[in-house]
Amino acid sequence: MIHFLFGYLALSIIGLSLFIITRKNPVHSVLGMLFMFIHVAALYLLLNAEFLAAVQVIVYAGAILVLFLFAIMILNIKEELEISLFVGSWVMALPVVIGLFIMLLLGLKEAGPTYSGVHTIEFIKTATHTKAFGKELFMNYILPFEIISLILLVAIVGAIVLTKKRL
Amino acid sequence: MIELKWYIWLSLAVFSIGMIGFLTRRNIIIILISVELMLNAVNINLVAMSHYMQDLRGQMLAFFVIAVAAAEAAIGLAIVIALFRTKAVGHVDEVTEMKG
Repeated sequence: MIHFLFGYLALSIIGLSLFIITRKNPVHSVLGMLFMFIHVAALYLLLNAEFLAAVQVIVYAGAILVLFLFAIMILNIKEELEISLFVGSWVMALPVVIGLFIMLLLGLKEAGPTYSGVHTIEFIKTATHTKAFGKELFMNYILPFEIISLILLVAIVGAIVLTKKRL
Repeated sequence: MIELKWYIWLSLAVFSIGMIGFLTRRNIIIILISVELMLNAVNINLVAMSHYMQDLRGQMLAFFVIAVAAAEAAIGLAIVIALFRTKAVGHVDEVTEMKG
């Protein structure tokens, strides 16, 4: 059962990724991205990461996707549908990426877990995932958390400054 | 039980697809979408590692990657809008001010 589920999720994630990068109309790409994010969230549920699955749906499928749709409103779709999809140098880019893929695949052929930490499945079951996650976040990762708040502040200020009428 | 390597191969495939989109597409918004694809591939990898190595560290990193991805999308799309306002183009091969 779980193998079937993983196979379905993996195949649809790869298929939707290919769908996203080959569409002419950017709106179709963004809709494909919505389905892909939801499948990735389901994959997180398969990996016992409920909180991250919720964050994935809220932040990616909720916030980032709407942002992309707003940006697409300013595009000229009619012109977009007439010109070719790819830049002229795609014949050089494709072999490079395929070479990288094959190299990494050979390198990671037999990758497996090499380390075993303290957060076992039983531990997370008794503490509940969100509680264990929050404890780890606010006790051991409080400095990165504060730095992330600064990064988001910089993003807010940067977006306002960049879209001002007169720079 | 699915082995860890299947998850790593899946994330490798999605990362490569995102990289192909990033390097070959002409539309600047699709390029930003490809970056999001690559970040998602990294997240799949991190969460799978975290589950199989029984440590929440990977999920912490995935959480921070999601936050940085949101910031990156906001800044990237602000740059796209500024580009549209100054040049009214959305294709990377038409922006040649810096002779790149």
